[in-house]
Amino acid sequence: MLALQGDFREHVAVLRSLGADVITVRCPEEVATISGLVIPGGESSVMDKLARSFGVADALKERIAGGLPVYGTCAGLIMLADRIVDGIRGQQSFGGLDVAVRRNAFGAQTESFEADLDVPVLGEPPMHAVFIRAPVVAELGAKATALATLEDGTVVAVEQGDLIGTSFHPEMTADYRFHQYFLDKVAARSSSL
Amino acid sequence: MSESTTHEFGSNRVKRGLAEMLKGGVIMDVVTAEQARIAEDAGAVAVMALERVPADIRSQGGVARMSDPDLIEAIIAEVSIPVMAKARIGHFVEAQVLQALNVDYIDESEVLSPADYVNHIDKWDFTVPFVCGATNLGEALRRINEGAAMIRSKGEAGTGDVSEATKHIRKIKSEIAALSSMSKDELYVAAKELQAPYDLVVEVAETGKLPVVLFTAGGVATPADAAMMMQLGADGVFVGSGIFKSGNPEKRAAAVVKATTFYDDPSVIAEVSRGLGEAMVGINVADVPAPHRLAERGW
Repeated sequence: MLALQGDFREHVAVLRSLGADVITVRCPEEVATISGLVIPGGESSVMDKLARSFGVADALKERIAGGLPVYGTCAGLIMLADRIVDGIRGQQSFGGLDVAVRRNAFGAQTESFEADLDVPVLGEPPMHAVFIRAPVVAELGAKATALATLEDGTVVAVEQGDLIGTSFHPEMTADYRFHQYFLDKVAARSSSL
Repeated sequence: MSESTTHEFGSNRVKRGLAEMLKGGVIMDVVTAEQARIAEDAGAVAVMALERVPADIRSQGGVARMSDPDLIEAIIAEVSIPVMAKARIGHFVEAQVLQALNVDYIDESEVLSPADYVNHIDKWDFTVPFVCGATNLGEALRRINEGAAMIRSKGEAGTGDVSEATKHIRKIKSEIAALSSMSKDELYVAAKELQAPYDLVVEVAETGKLPVVLFTAGGVATPADAAMMMQLGADGVFVGSGIFKSGNPEKRAAAVVKATTFYDDPSVIAEVSRGLGEAMVGINVADVPAPHRLAERGW
């Protein structure tokens, strides 16, 4: 669990309730020990700066290139995107997902919302999704697959191999299917090694 | 998106949720777009747009009000992190104006001169979320009952003296701990004594925490101050006058951000505390006469 800034405690609680063995990650030494990573919601520009100044960014880029399963929510989706639209000056990401993600795509906080969302890969019922100053996938690259879209076609959940990103926050509801979906990927990858 | 009927805006979860995303971060007071840029570049998780930092409000005196809309809009245009702005306690029209300006959070703040000495703003009426100050648990729960989606302990703003911030966060935390150990029948009396709604008191007793995010504020001036607030159980830190009233705002701002993330790692705090230049001069809270103490505004 990346714990530089944001709502990582909520994610930790969800992952533990699903039986996962969770540690918080703030430095490169910790990155070396993990078999999967969740990047929480928060402020992506802050996570980027902290990750770079403490050497976590380089260590993570290497692990992601080596196939580390990662799930990012909101700011976490931004950190996983190969390209950022509307970032702050000089903002970087870890990358991995062949997408361009637009930061804060809906506008000010008064435009934040909740909605029910069909996620075919998770089946029924629809997921109740919470969008908070949320990013969206502005451009889906050839290697990435959309997992969910809003009614206007905007992509808000995406997958590429063992990397998953959602614009919204399943950790804020009681529906943990995305976390389970991710843990299944981690388990499958660990047993194949 | 606002034309859609399936999207719910301004819900409790969405309002409180933004504060959840700010956790582990530093919110900085800024009075110009240039300062907002410096704050964002240094790693602020949000900025508080205002005309005068609390230290200047304190030294210049007079009635302190909501900032000029031009200033707030210039700051919103300059940065992409969330922008907060202050309304006077009870001044619901200032809050309406701030919502119309599209700020991301409104601080109903004792740092400004109160507009109503009886009522706070009915915050349920708004789509935009509110943060409010509190010196104790009862005050925090009364604000939450009025619709606050985030609480900050008050401290004594504009002093650079962290002692009041320490007192308030310790007080809130210890009152929460006391509730957690009470039996159910004792909670009725606890609610009466806290002067807080019974349902919220029961919720705090059961969960062992406030139902909203708790930041701390008022007098935080150094990386060690910020880390101490985090170790005392704050979810994050507001730094008001402490950054832009110091010798090297860029460096100090970045140092406070790092110390807030690595609040439990003294070697990191030591490293970032080196060579920051002069901290804000500050005044001891004990030297501020009681009528001029901002924390006593609001009830």
